[in-house]
Amino acid sequence: MFNDHAKIIHAIALAGEISGRKKLQKMIYIAKKISFPFQEKFQFHFYGPYSEELTLRVEELCNLGYLNEAREKKSGYYQYCYTLTDSGKEFLDLYQMEMPALEPCLQDMNVQNARFLELVSTVLYFDSLPKEEVCEKVFTLKSKQKYTLEEIEEAYQYIAKLQEKAKLQ
Amino acid sequence: MGYSEEKLHEEKVFKDPVHRYIHVKDKVIWDLIGTKEFQRLRRVRQLGTTFLVFHGAEHSRLNHSLGVYEIIRRIVDDVFNGRPEWDQSERLLSLCAALLHDLGHGPFSHSFEKVFDLDHEHFTQQIILGNTEINEVLSRVASDFPQKVSDVIAKTYKNKLVVSLISSQIDADRMDYLQRDAYFTGVSYGHFDMERILRVMRPREDQVVIKQSGMHAVEDYIMSRYQMYWQVYFHPVTRSAEVILTKILHRAKHLFEKNYTFKLEPIHFYSLFKGETSLEDYLKLDESVMLYYFQLWQEENDPILKDLCDRFVNRKLFKYVEFHPSNSQMSKLLELNKLFIKAGIDPEYYLVVDSSSDLPYDFYRPGEEEERLPIHLLKNNGEIRELSRESEIVDAISGKRRTDHKLYFPADLLEDESGKRKIKKQIRQLLDLD
Repeated sequence: MFNDHAKIIHAIALAGEISGRKKLQKMIYIAKKISFPFQEKFQFHFYGPYSEELTLRVEELCNLGYLNEAREKKSGYYQYCYTLTDSGKEFLDLYQMEMPALEPCLQDMNVQNARFLELVSTVLYFDSLPKEEVCEKVFTLKSKQKYTLEEIEEAYQYIAKLQEKAKLQ
Repeated sequence: MGYSEEKLHEEKVFKDPVHRYIHVKDKVIWDLIGTKEFQRLRRVRQLGTTFLVFHGAEHSRLNHSLGVYEIIRRIVDDVFNGRPEWDQSERLLSLCAALLHDLGHGPFSHSFEKVFDLDHEHFTQQIILGNTEINEVLSRVASDFPQKVSDVIAKTYKNKLVVSLISSQIDADRMDYLQRDAYFTGVSYGHFDMERILRVMRPREDQVVIKQSGMHAVEDYIMSRYQMYWQVYFHPVTRSAEVILTKILHRAKHLFEKNYTFKLEPIHFYSLFKGETSLEDYLKLDESVMLYYFQLWQEENDPILKDLCDRFVNRKLFKYVEFHPSNSQMSKLLELNKLFIKAGIDPEYYLVVDSSSDLPYDFYRPGEEEERLPIHLLKNNGEIRELSRESEIVDAISGKRRTDHKLYFPADLLEDESGKRKIKKQIRQLLDLD
């Protein structure tokens, strides 16, 4: 009964403010991959894992007045920032969620830039492959982002750190 | 001549209500069609439960897969062949990926995947890469060919142009299902001039672009997509059937976990219930098997499973009211929940909010902030522009949010006055039924 919507509201409440749709998509995907129970289905798209279901769910929550979406003009494109509204806060009072480890994970992700989260989510998308093949996938599929081996290594370390955080609480 | 180039002695043609004829010359394609994994798609409907509303919608995923193959064949053979941006050595790969893109769909796959936490794309890859007849055919082309086909379908293949033919916002998949679903449902919305769109498609490094002169045909395509979503795919009564189907599967799984003794052991579901579905088990399931169990479960001792199956098989669907999940409405929902329990009707199975985001279809999005690759128009001066920046019609519908929530419940149980009359009256009043 509206549980999946409630989880998204909860996630944005914990993160405070999320700047950018791409960042929001990657944060939820990464959280899901490190075992938080988000139900949205992700598929690999041009810019990495993407969920149409999540996009629509966020639109629904904005329409319902639980989320605020602010549009900011960036160089050449618009960026959307998401925060919780007062109605969203009231909604969470009705719908208590028990995911204590989610907060430090989301807050950590929220201070990373979208480009790095795109890399992290791509590495996680191919987590069934050995590291060398993951690097090859990143270099082939994300050639325009020009990621380096060091950055990929950093992504692996970051995933390990997040997984620890998810376990600790 | 290698297997990849081998042609049939005589071209085979399938009659098709959408494309008139589907042409097969390649031996590889002919062999793939003959595999048992591909033939299984005959027993999986393209539109799941929609046949309960639009009685003609009995077409299968096999029909659609052949249609997508035919569209790609026309694009690569008649439009792209000879153009410098197109690598003709990708032809067979594109055809195979088109034919096999839906291979992993299970029975009533939307509800099925939700309940058992599965992903048909994962099974598509397993069928292509595993010990199957499909893999045997693809491996005869080249040892790395199955992996390439799997990568195209998973959208992780290095040549994004090939991927975009089968999966983008104007791809062969959508062009086939919109027309096919319109034909079989009998609605008059899903029509657009596909021949024109195919003629104005041009290959570019990363994706297909559309010549500016074809913009109006693309506008029609976007409009038919929009109409089909609201008139067919998001139809509230189809969603009611989908809600009941989901609840049947939840109930059966719940009973299994509680060691309930079924009159006939549901052996086909065991690995699903346990969360350890093998490819072999998965391939044995189709809609005939599921409907067989639903028939049997109408005779079960568990009153909820019995009732839900009776509703699905005999089309006694839930009614619905519009539901705006604002805080006041959510409080009302919590109140309804309590009243349902008092009335002896389990709200877990009989009071369900269904939202547009619970459905598997997507709208055209102009791709702000690098979400999804939008449709690009190729202008006469060589400039490339996003469609909604050129077309007022597309701009008018693509930027607008339209979402929808409904609350489903069994009106017949609430109207049954043989017991708990007062509570049921209260429920009906809260739902504005009285």
